[in-house]
Amino acid sequence: MWRLQLIRKPWRCFSTSAGVPRWFDSVGPAAKDPIQAVTEAFNSDPFPQKINLGLGAYRDEQGKPLVLQCVQQAEEKIRGCNLLDSVSASVASSALVEECIKLVYGRNVNVVKEKRFAGVPALSGTGACRLFAEFQRNFFPESAIYLPDPTWTNHHNIWANAHVPVRTFHYYHPHLRGLDFAALIDDVKNAPDGSFFLLHPCAHNPTGIDLTEDQWSEISNLFKMKNHFPFFDMAYQGLATGDVDKDASSIRIFLEDGHLIGCAQSFTKTMGLFGHRTGCLSLLCADRDQAVQVKSQLQQIAGAMYGSPPVHGIVLLSTILGDQALKSMWFKEVKAMASRIQSMRAKLRERLELTGSSLNWEHITKQVGMFWFSGLTPEQVDRLAKEFHVYMTPDGRMSMAGVTTSNVRYLANAVHEVTKCS
Amino acid sequence: MASNVLSAAASASPSTSPVTDLLKGKGRLGSGNVGSLFIKDKGNPFLNSKSCGRISMAVAVNVSRFEAITMAPPDPILGVSEAFKADNDEKKLNLGVGAYRTEELQPYVLDVVKKAENLMLERGENKEYLPIEGLAAFNKVTAELLFGADSPVISEQRVATVQGLSGTGSLRLAAVLIERYFPGAKVLISSPTWGNHKNIFNDARVPWSEYRYYDPKTVGLDFEGMIEDIKAAPEGSFILLHGCAHNPTGIDPTPEQWEKIADVIQEKNHIPFFDVAYQGFASGSLDQDAASVRLFAARGMEIFVAQSYSKNLGLYSERIGAINVVCSSTDTAARVKSQLKRIARPMYSNPPIHGARIVANVVGDPALFDEWKAEMEMMAGRIKGVRQKLYDSLTSKDKSGKDWSFILKQIGMFSFTGLNKNQSDNMTNKWHVYMTKDGRISLAGLNLAKCEYLADAIIDSYHNVS
Repeated sequence: MWRLQLIRKPWRCFSTSAGVPRWFDSVGPAAKDPIQAVTEAFNSDPFPQKINLGLGAYRDEQGKPLVLQCVQQAEEKIRGCNLLDSVSASVASSALVEECIKLVYGRNVNVVKEKRFAGVPALSGTGACRLFAEFQRNFFPESAIYLPDPTWTNHHNIWANAHVPVRTFHYYHPHLRGLDFAALIDDVKNAPDGSFFLLHPCAHNPTGIDLTEDQWSEISNLFKMKNHFPFFDMAYQGLATGDVDKDASSIRIFLEDGHLIGCAQSFTKTMGLFGHRTGCLSLLCADRDQAVQVKSQLQQIAGAMYGSPPVHGIVLLSTILGDQALKSMWFKEVKAMASRIQSMRAKLRERLELTGSSLNWEHITKQVGMFWFSGLTPEQVDRLAKEFHVYMTPDGRMSMAGVTTSNVRYLANAVHEVTKCS
Repeated sequence: MASNVLSAAASASPSTSPVTDLLKGKGRLGSGNVGSLFIKDKGNPFLNSKSCGRISMAVAVNVSRFEAITMAPPDPILGVSEAFKADNDEKKLNLGVGAYRTEELQPYVLDVVKKAENLMLERGENKEYLPIEGLAAFNKVTAELLFGADSPVISEQRVATVQGLSGTGSLRLAAVLIERYFPGAKVLISSPTWGNHKNIFNDARVPWSEYRYYDPKTVGLDFEGMIEDIKAAPEGSFILLHGCAHNPTGIDPTPEQWEKIADVIQEKNHIPFFDVAYQGFASGSLDQDAASVRLFAARGMEIFVAQSYSKNLGLYSERIGAINVVCSSTDTAARVKSQLKRIARPMYSNPPIHGARIVANVVGDPALFDEWKAEMEMMAGRIKGVRQKLYDSLTSKDKSGKDWSFILKQIGMFSFTGLNKNQSDNMTNKWHVYMTKDGRISLAGLNLAKCEYLADAIIDSYHNVS
């Protein structure tokens, strides 16, 4: 973590002979972000058949980024809009938050009708998590956050940078290549009452291993007994199963059980809005007054960090979610993306089984969402990059969105080559 | 158009379901209190089909842990706009927010921005992630705009530039860098300064203190006090300076005073930290408004500079700016940039693309750049015009002989009128002129037509209220 990298030298400036102060001598080079490092390595590789499976960004059948039709139409719709003054920006923000809440909790639920939510637009999932982490630090200074092991690498950085201690709970069972549910339950039980837990509601990143509904119910009941705070990081609603409601079922179980839930929502992958940094942070509250107060605190935190998120993304997203036709178009498009990913999973598994590999490749199709947690070792990952020009993160996580019918055979052979002696 | 968008956003097609019917009392269940609670909790049509066999909790979870959370203090500046909105008097005038308005007192989208956006739409560019440090084309033009394309800091690649979310976001990145690599170092901010400066440093856990700046007696700069306080600060402090058009006072040091400020900063081994939110907007000239920053850069100093395009390109809501750190070597700049990226990643991963593309297109295209310069001169010119008219109105109406020339000497969007809190209250309560309690008026919200009225209000408040 960054604390270990901090060079604790006295920072008095060392003047050169020309009298120019040199303040930053003690500033070392930062370690590269692992996911970005993969992209950089891929970009500088001249091999024509190279494949980038590092970044969790959707690619179409031709391997190209996709601008969704619903987004294009929404762009046309808002073209020429005066998005300037703070009043209309604030109205757009409220409209967006309400649409986001409805999307994740359902349109007719009481929290929506009674406006028992404190929500603010956020800078995508990262920004939403960071706002929550700062809020947690401000109002629950003794608390820690429990993250699943493993989780998206940036989760650790986010809470650490907000000065909230990080703990982990068991999630992935490396031998079973599945969920270590018993250990998970134990960790939930053993955590001090009132602990804060981060949960992936669907399409767990990086493992692709999700809980069943019964398992979610059990966790929800246990959370009730322990008075734990459930914080969901929802980055793939619609991309996991292709059905936005189904993908939210874990959260809705918790809602029905009466939990006051915190939720970060990101639309970067599900709507291809990567560059716009659109998302939402919401906290369910006991009543409307409390919602107003909590919202004011979230706005204050955001105000000292970046002000407010960019309005273009906010209006774009609220246009899509607030227009029946555009929203239906989006549902179809996200389902199509999910289907393509699922069919690539099936093809890759089929191809691997055809290589005559003796290994079990079931987990390719059992896992859910964008990523295949392959179980490859760092050495195998390295070989894939160096010998086969196939790039992924060192933990063996591959973005299936980067697989196409034209590269799946090459990929299967490469994976077989590096695993066949194991 | 905006209202179309918003009404589209607000409309929602009602979904009907048996549950909704139940809630409306059309079903058999739901007559008693407990029963309806039970039904309410099952309000999700999807869950209905799956949840037989599960026991639903009919009451809410334990007492909310948010009980102790209080309302955050209202933002003083936005509060002014809200009060203005609620006022029905037709003479009302909003001189609160520092957002440019036309002579008709309407928000203004620059022509070059519209052109740039059309170009972008035609090209149909994808919306992929930017790298953590932002759009390369933007970072290049923003540093050149600030330091001058032919500056040695540019040619020697000694500037670490990272795209930030407007001025606020850029300041915050710098604040975290300071906290991390200069533990215990203090930032000195002017008294007064933009209200959000202290929030940013507080949240980043960077200690700060003030240096004297505004002299209420002269309604001008307390230069001696400023120099003294900078000298007295512990060696290696960060001195936050407004590059031009000081907010809220409008009072800028003269070029000679800037030289002296640079002298004392060098003497004390302090680090200058510029906040440049009005480049081009103050004098109308991009180069002139960057003179203070360039003076320091020319001395070979290591400098922090936060930039914002909120005002000069009217991109308030798109949150586009940059943090620049001028270093002593190329290698140092590369290392500092890598650390800034490490700070940005757990804050928002990568910055938003739209505003960056607009700036890159406007500044990078010679024709659009020229057009922008012309629009900026027009905006700055309008502000100078109202300053002149306000001054003329004040001097002709006020028979007391008070010197109102500070209105003309001050620069930029804001003017510190010298009115105290009671007098400012009188401005609002009696004259329906909305401003902040520190006596600051935003000239961007004033037009020629209202100068005489405003002059009357100021004269009355100044002389008749204490």
